[in-house]
Amino acid sequence: MNLAEKNKIENSIEVKNLTKKFGDFTSVDNVSFDVRKGEIFGFLGANGAGKSTTIKMLCGILEPTSGDATVGGYSIMAQSESVKRNIGYMSQKFSLYNDLTIGENINFFGGVYGLEGEDLLKRKKWVLKIANLEGKEKLLTGSLPTGIKQRLALGTAVIHSPTIVFLDEPTGGVDPIERRNFWNLINDLSAEGTTVFVTTHYLDEAEFCNRILLIDAGKIIAGGSPKELKEKYITTIILEIECDKTIDALTLLEDSNYFDSTTIFGNYIHVKLKENTREDEAKAIIHKLLSESNIKEKRTDKISPTLEDVFITLLEKKD
Amino acid sequence: MQLLIQFIKKELIQFRRDPKMFAVVLVLPVLQLILLGYAANFDLNTVHTAVLDRDKSEASRDFIQLFEKSGYFNIDYNVSSYEELTDLLDKGKVLTAIVIPTEYEKKINSNQTASVQLIFDGSDGNKAAIAAGYSAGIVSGYAQNLLLERAERTGRKTTIIGTINPEVRIWYNPNLTTRNYMLPGIVGLIILIVTTSLTSLAIVKEREVGTLEQLIVTPVKPYQMILGKFIPFIIIGFVSCTIVLSVMRFWFGIEVKGSIAFLFLCTFVYMLSTLGLGLFVSTISKTQQQAMMTSSFGVLLPMLFFSGFIFPIENMPKIVQYITYAIPLKYYITMIRGIVLKGNGIADLWQDLIILFGIGVAILALSSLRFNKKLE
Repeated sequence: MNLAEKNKIENSIEVKNLTKKFGDFTSVDNVSFDVRKGEIFGFLGANGAGKSTTIKMLCGILEPTSGDATVGGYSIMAQSESVKRNIGYMSQKFSLYNDLTIGENINFFGGVYGLEGEDLLKRKKWVLKIANLEGKEKLLTGSLPTGIKQRLALGTAVIHSPTIVFLDEPTGGVDPIERRNFWNLINDLSAEGTTVFVTTHYLDEAEFCNRILLIDAGKIIAGGSPKELKEKYITTIILEIECDKTIDALTLLEDSNYFDSTTIFGNYIHVKLKENTREDEAKAIIHKLLSESNIKEKRTDKISPTLEDVFITLLEKKD
Repeated sequence: MQLLIQFIKKELIQFRRDPKMFAVVLVLPVLQLILLGYAANFDLNTVHTAVLDRDKSEASRDFIQLFEKSGYFNIDYNVSSYEELTDLLDKGKVLTAIVIPTEYEKKINSNQTASVQLIFDGSDGNKAAIAAGYSAGIVSGYAQNLLLERAERTGRKTTIIGTINPEVRIWYNPNLTTRNYMLPGIVGLIILIVTTSLTSLAIVKEREVGTLEQLIVTPVKPYQMILGKFIPFIIIGFVSCTIVLSVMRFWFGIEVKGSIAFLFLCTFVYMLSTLGLGLFVSTISKTQQQAMMTSSFGVLLPMLFFSGFIFPIENMPKIVQYITYAIPLKYYITMIRGIVLKGNGIADLWQDLIILFGIGVAILALSSLRFNKKLE
């Protein structure tokens, strides 16, 4: 087996110079990347960055302007039929029939993928189990809460046991607990060997991915595992400060010109230290600055950078 | 095949769950039929009439009586001056006025030509023409009787030679009931609503909700998707058609004279174009409201106006008449009227059937192409 053949087997998706233009607007600009078999691959970016467009091209909903990609070993340009047989797709829009019951939806989509008889029954049971809807198949789908609907939609999207599943912002509008449940499901799928290609704009979710690609304005700006990304782009120390008069404190720290950057994170302030500043040195300065202005400092701790820090750093760099 | 059954099942379940759709398809046609069956009545049963009898003789009274006895004319006014008569016509109190001149009896008895003036209010041309037709019949009958009587009296038998008596017989719809003419057309209208409006709505709804996108990522081919939408609505269309025909038969007593199987074949051919139009509307509409408006104003109304359903095509300007050749409903109405009223079969209607088939295939092909393009 030569190297090229080996790659073919280990990569679930290979994207080469994929471009999509809508009139004058380039939504996806010459993008190339690989997704390995069985991994959870996160595709991150702001709204309008080109995430959905890319996913739609890979699923055969949109035709690329130029470039090509193989999905499960099949070309999206030349073999879209085979691509469709081997993938599952679930979009941010809930896409089951609200006026059908849970059971009818599963039967319909199972039938669409050619499942029947014993096979369909077995898979139906499985879908009901993972969506936690056993015994409720007579309920109208429209009556379910969003989180449960999304789990049912995911189950239905993989009813034909595809090797790759595309999830386009699957957790939009879902509460945190359901989001966690949903991600457990994604982990299970991945553990069974299914490649999961997921887009999200919740950066905390991205931490669960094996590898991440950041896309901005149609171009890839960074890629790697969450750990690699943090190590590569956040080389300095980040301190998190909890204090009162957060806004005043932020202005004060910003104006001091002592730090590389200061950002507000909820009720806290994150300050990124300059290359050769030491942690204790910085803490002392912060303490001094705040107490001089009568701001009560509750705590200042060193934190491990989040993907959000990475993202902000990358976008700031670009500007 | 298995796939199509899934689609049909799904569509029919959705249809059953939507009470609005259910009403539109099953209740509306019956209501529409009954309403139109009674309202769409262009027949004239009572002609209000005024009489100015200047002769006041036995002959003039006989003459007037004939009008009363006909059952169509109602002598509401006996006036004594022309002014009064004009006034009644002006005010629209009467549709017809009969003026009998002095010396009417004398002229008749002396074998001279006697004239009688009949005035009709032409502001409603249709009614006036019908009333004039009725009176012409009465007058010519009267004249013939006079001649016969005279012949008997004088013992001569040759007097009638040379008079021409138009013997008008209306075939197929002997009572000239408008209803018989209108109701078969309603079948065409209802199929149009079911297959064009509802089909386009159903497709646009899937696009709005996002299920169409979900279907595109499955291995379902576009033609299967189209068939999956069409077949259920063909079934629903035939159900509506059967209901309408039953109401026509059992409520209005209009029997289908021709073959019902042939009628269904024509209906199916007609559906090719209406479904095709529905698919086309779905490709140019983003929302269900848009689809509704487009199918109502872009398809339904023009079809009604240009098909001869309401306005006779013969009365249209030449250019407009050419437009009607492209209207599927025109052919369908010709065929269904022929089958229901005359008992026509394929021998009489093959031309219409072939043209309609051609139009249907063309519309279907064009809109399928557009639909495919839109999917990508």
